Amino acid sequence: MDFKVVDEIIDKYKDPSGRILGILEDIQDTYNYLPKEVMVYVSKKLNVPLSSLYSVATFYSFFNLEPVGEHLISVCMGTACHVKGAPELLESLKHLLGIDVNEVTDDGKFVLTTTDRKFSLSSARCFGCCSMAPVIRIDDRIYGYVKIKDLPAILKEYGWKEK
Amino acid sequence: MRVFTDSRIEKAERELLAADKPRISVGLATCGISVGGDRVFEEFKRLIEEKGYDVSLKKTGCIGFCKEEPLVNVKLPGKAILVLHRVTPEDVPEILQKVESGDDSFNKVLFQIDVWDHKTVPPISYGQPYEGIKRWQEIDFFKYQEKLVLRNAGIIDPESIEEYLAVGGYRALAKALNMSPEEVIEEVKISGLRGRGGAGFPTGLKWEFTRKEKSDKKYVICNADEGDPGAYMNRNEMESDPHSLIEGMIIGAYAVGADEGIIYVRAEYPLAVERLQRAVEEAREWGFLGKNILGSDFSFDIKIVKGAGAFVCGEETALIASIEGRIGRPRPRPPFPAQRGLWGKPTNINNVETWMNIPLIILKGGEWFKQFGSESNSGTKVFSLVGKVNNVGLVEVELGTPLSRIVFDIGKGAPGGKKIKAVQTGGPSGGCIPEWLFDTPVDYVNLAKLGSIMGSGGIVVMDEDTCMVDTARYFLDFTVDESCGKCVPCREGLKRMLDILDDITKGRGKKEDISLLKELASTVKVTSLCGLGQTAPNPVITTLKYFEDEYIEHVVRKRCPAKVCVELIEYEIDEEACTGCGMCARRCPVSAITGEIGKSFSIDKDKCIKCGTCLDVCKFNAVKKVSRGLEDG
Ligand SMILES: Cc1cc2nc3c(=O)[nH]c(=O)nc-3n(C[C@H](O)[C@H](O)[C@H](O)COP(=O)(O)O)c2cc1C
Ligand code: FES
Repeated sequence: MDFKVVDEIIDKYKDPSGRILGILEDIQDTYNYLPKEVMVYVSKKLNVPLSSLYSVATFYSFFNLEPVGEHLISVCMGTACHVKGAPELLESLKHLLGIDVNEVTDDGKFVLTTTDRKFSLSSARCFGCCSMAPVIRIDDRIYGYVKIKDLPAILKEYGWKEK
Repeated sequence: MRVFTDSRIEKAERELLAADKPRISVGLATCGISVGGDRVFEEFKRLIEEKGYDVSLKKTGCIGFCKEEPLVNVKLPGKAILVLHRVTPEDVPEILQKVESGDDSFNKVLFQIDVWDHKTVPPISYGQPYEGIKRWQEIDFFKYQEKLVLRNAGIIDPESIEEYLAVGGYRALAKALNMSPEEVIEEVKISGLRGRGGAGFPTGLKWEFTRKEKSDKKYVICNADEGDPGAYMNRNEMESDPHSLIEGMIIGAYAVGADEGIIYVRAEYPLAVERLQRAVEEAREWGFLGKNILGSDFSFDIKIVKGAGAFVCGEETALIASIEGRIGRPRPRPPFPAQRGLWGKPTNINNVETWMNIPLIILKGGEWFKQFGSESNSGTKVFSLVGKVNNVGLVEVELGTPLSRIVFDIGKGAPGGKKIKAVQTGGPSGGCIPEWLFDTPVDYVNLAKLGSIMGSGGIVVMDEDTCMVDTARYFLDFTVDESCGKCVPCREGLKRMLDILDDITKGRGKKEDISLLKELASTVKVTSLCGLGQTAPNPVITTLKYFEDEYIEHVVRKRCPAKVCVELIEYEIDEEACTGCGMCARRCPVSAITGEIGKSFSIDKDKCIKCGTCLDVCKFNAVKKVSRGLEDG
């Protein structure tokens, strides 16, 4: 693995305030998860115990310790979305994507990935678009007023095919 | 002062007034973008370039009327601002043609703004009003609002410091620097401003604590973690008017004697981070941040730190731990952050909205500010009015405004003529307030009396189709998930409560459960370490207090009156209404629906997973949810 990118990220954060979170966030932006080799490298370079890096990584829901699929779908489970039917959206998405319902990753965080690794499904706590509830996010795009019946059309924008 | 006579400000003023050419601005906060505002903007941009139209295209924030987004402001020279609603890319060519030919008969006009009071300058007359179009203040949604914090949102371009300056920005800072820090604090104390982050602690007093600490280094922090799921005013405030937050922080730093500021923004708000970053850089270029601000001997700078998705990090001591790169666990107070905060140094933390009130208070005076709001609850609060209500959006009203005004007069009740049952305020730390108490004035004191809290200003409206037991369960599920695990009552007590609620919503509840729940709730409340645990039982306590009958229905009759609790409901197809189109059967993910096209369909209850797809896709309202319960078999 090429650690030059990691060095560049680390160099960006000179000020101690927000340093660890910032570095981990940038690493995740680069690799779409936190690869173990990189964590080991960062730990050595910053002289921070690996265990404390991992305790940060597991504490915050933003971080993924496993690679996620090509497209990450997050269903908002905030209050506004909850009362407007988010649980049904999540249920419906699991079936459309053919993801096993009870699968949970090792770190206990809820991210489910399809076997072809095209899609990952996770839940989120509010994107601040509560007025457009229920809301889902796919990669960087937020969709408001989502209805179950619209899901296939939305998924098709990302190369999903009906079985 | 020289900066304020810079020619770029005058240019921005002319642009705001569309003095030289028409101005089109698209509402591009995250809410507008999520319903296609960005596509509308791109289409404007493409066509303006392609056809060479002489029109200035700008971004603006959100004026709060989220229900009507995407919103587009069209301003012809000399005329009022027209606000068009629900604009799609397909509308763009016609809008541009009309703008170009000076034809003002636009479709989709929602209201007009002829005069707007940015508060920091005398009311600006934007231009001649149009005949036959409602002014913004004649619309029920705005009529009862008082825009102090959102004074610039949806009008100015948040990515232009010049436009902020053109409406009186950074004048409060200049004024503050000519006062002593003590005088600044005194003014904030006179204003009676209380923290908008939840607890409502008097801001001036908090500043004084930090001011009095002796230290070589002090910090100010802006809490932009906005953890309440269902509340989004801080997001919009940052995205729509980032400079007024920055100006407030600079004034606060001067008052408490800090030279470094940090804005801690939650990870879910990338656009807010981007706009803040840009605004900080602009402020630095203009000399409002950095060394010797405006020629004084006061130096201060701001950096932005992104959170990583943990509700508890909104709690101030956890937030500090998080900035220091540790896991966000709260610690007991005292010592308060004012004594020992970030890196052990005196630190003053305020919420986004608290900071944004500061420029107004300094510029117009604490006494002026006190004319808004009610006794010991001065000023306004921005509420995010969401859930089962027609006019969803951000509503800024004076503190002390009754809930009914917010929900019925501004919000216009529930969609589909449904009956509103309650509102939830304060998020996971708050409670549910039943409809029969909606004449309660909304302020820190009165909401607390009802067992809820004001919190950060989330108001989630619930109608007859919302189950209050499920709501309580929902919030506990949230707090159990977000509990940092440090203290036992919160970690174990909440989990036990959740188990009980789980049982009740699944039809396995016992009568004793209700009294056990009450007992656990009061224990967790008094014995938890931080605010998370101390307030987490509130949603349970209030729903039990006001909606115990719903709990009893679940426990005794195994029935969910609102037909929400999945284990207690079934889906059925009404034979009479079914046209036999077969849509539901095609979309059922588990092939539980069978029938003959043209005749009627039925659901196999053993196969059905209750995902609700059939209900959503049926065009004839033939699919029904039923909750039979014990008695009716
Ligand atoms: C569990 C918990 C979560 C909190 N979340 C937030 C939050 O998201 N935003 C916020 O401003 N304050 C939050 N607070 C309150 C902060 O601890 C703190 O009181 C506030 O930032 C002070 O600012 P203010 O005086 O301007 O309100 C939270 C408190 C607790 C106990
Ligand atoms: S509750 Fe879903 S976006 Fe806020």
